[in-house]
Amino acid sequence: MTDSTESPDLQRRSGLTRLKEGTYGGFFAACAVITLLTTVAIIATLLSDAVMFFAEVPIREFLTSTSWSPNPRGGGQTFGIVALVIGTLTVTITAAFVALPVGTLTAIYLSEYATSNARSILKPLLEILAGIPTVVYGYFALVYVTPALKATMFPEMSTFNALSASLMVGIMTIPMVSSISEDAMSAVPDDLRQAGYGLGATKFEVSTGIVVPASISGIASSYILAVSRAIGETMIVVVAMGAQAQMPAVREGLLGVPYINPADTLLDSGMTITVAMVQIAGGDLTGGTIPYDAMFALGLTLFVVTLVMNVLSDIIAERYREEY
Amino acid sequence: MSNTETKTEPSDSLITTDVETESNDRTAPSHRTAVAARDLNVYYGDEQAIDDVSIEIPEKRVTALIGPSGCGKSTFLRCINRMNDMIEVCRVEGDVEFGGKNVYDADVDPVALRRKIGMVFQKPNPFPKSIRDNVAYGLKIQGFDGDVDARVEESLKSAALWDEVKDQLDSSGLDLSGGQQQRLCIARAIAPDPEVILMDEPTSALDPVAASKIEDLIDDLAEEYTVIIVTHNMQQAARISDRTAVFLTGGRLVEYDDTTKIFEDPEEQRVEDYITGKFG
Repeated sequence: MTDSTESPDLQRRSGLTRLKEGTYGGFFAACAVITLLTTVAIIATLLSDAVMFFAEVPIREFLTSTSWSPNPRGGGQTFGIVALVIGTLTVTITAAFVALPVGTLTAIYLSEYATSNARSILKPLLEILAGIPTVVYGYFALVYVTPALKATMFPEMSTFNALSASLMVGIMTIPMVSSISEDAMSAVPDDLRQAGYGLGATKFEVSTGIVVPASISGIASSYILAVSRAIGETMIVVVAMGAQAQMPAVREGLLGVPYINPADTLLDSGMTITVAMVQIAGGDLTGGTIPYDAMFALGLTLFVVTLVMNVLSDIIAERYREEY
Repeated sequence: MSNTETKTEPSDSLITTDVETESNDRTAPSHRTAVAARDLNVYYGDEQAIDDVSIEIPEKRVTALIGPSGCGKSTFLRCINRMNDMIEVCRVEGDVEFGGKNVYDADVDPVALRRKIGMVFQKPNPFPKSIRDNVAYGLKIQGFDGDVDARVEESLKSAALWDEVKDQLDSSGLDLSGGQQQRLCIARAIAPDPEVILMDEPTSALDPVAASKIEDLIDDLAEEYTVIIVTHNMQQAARISDRTAVFLTGGRLVEYDDTTKIFEDPEEQRVEDYITGKFG
């Protein structure tokens, strides 16, 4: 304790205090490093095992072959990702058709229309939707959605099908779209709404003509996150869509352009990239076999796709950022 | 009673105004009334923001509303185009008449009302859109079917901004300086050709040079529009307004008269104290 008459105590802290400060910093840095190392390790494993796989199976065959049958029993092994990509795309696109519009409109409602009371009830409910384990969605799709669709609209639908799985994936990703988009819309300054109302705009005109354009970068980011999530979704798909890699019939459309009837893939069972990986991992394969390495090639493919999506999301967010 | 007489048709006013001016002395200006309030009381929850205000605001004149912070002048302004509707706790009693119609009548659509009454805010708030789209916004939502580009040009000229932005109409309104943004907001407000323009401290966020440009502009606007402006700046009120209303604490309208009279010889001691800076 210094006397009040003396100069103020500006002395360097004791060694112990400094040591404590240093320890805190080091501990926090260590946590950050763990995350970083895990990411690096995952990428390294993916790459090294994928390289071994591509030494056995040419990339060309992997990317263009339409047949996926990694198990040697009953015929030759083939590792064509096309059918899996079609399965993944089916799920992702269908889910996007559900999640993006519903999520966006929900966000507009929450941000612009809902009273503070309604919002305080609805937001936590949406968060709960986001917290339900995906396996529950999967069983819900299998046990309720599929029978309901079968009874009402698609009697020819198979028990395991892409449609109900996709619908559930879409519903699961709604909260992701709505909550991020709502944040972006709420961040639009009230000044802009006032300017709109002052000009005689209706609530709808203010919401769609001012608030949504001003928050478009946040909305786009939410879309890309939701789509990435749908691409990587596994559990719902395993449970409700089955696990049979199927190449839908390629038909010939106008001017000989080949196309695939979405109904063929939607109403039938199928397999996504993630499910193919689960199937391999769940089998009794040991390391070093080709199917085992194929798992990493699939993982790498998914990783590249989601990475591209994330980079895209950053670019879009940057490009359309409207400063206000 | 004086109200019904002052709202005579323009064709009659040549003859009748003089008579009325004499019979009603100062309180009946020689202009038709654009906006009038009668026994207006406004509450935010339990708190009274406007206390029994009655006022008649003349057409095509600049009327300044001055007074200390929290005196209710902005609240009064926002009653005119019913922007207060959006505040859940706000309750309005009494009449606000626009063109002889009480805007708080049940059959009045606030959206339609606001299309007749433009508004300029304290902080410049252009939309994050191009300059052209900013000005055209009001036209677009009102389904204007004329030549939008011509109207945009005309409005920007009226807002004294055209020469500065005519080569960059497609760039963002937010790239402009603060003063230019505020003039853009004025252009946006006048593009749909409203009858009244409400300004809520339009220069308080601007530097003096930009502010003086806006003041010059307000002077020009009064040739075509009724301008009602809230200001904290008494010199500004003295410079640009024809009529001045002084609100004091508690949301009371203490004195309302020609601006020269208010600033040179106010009736109320409290008004003189406020204007000379003894309080406020």
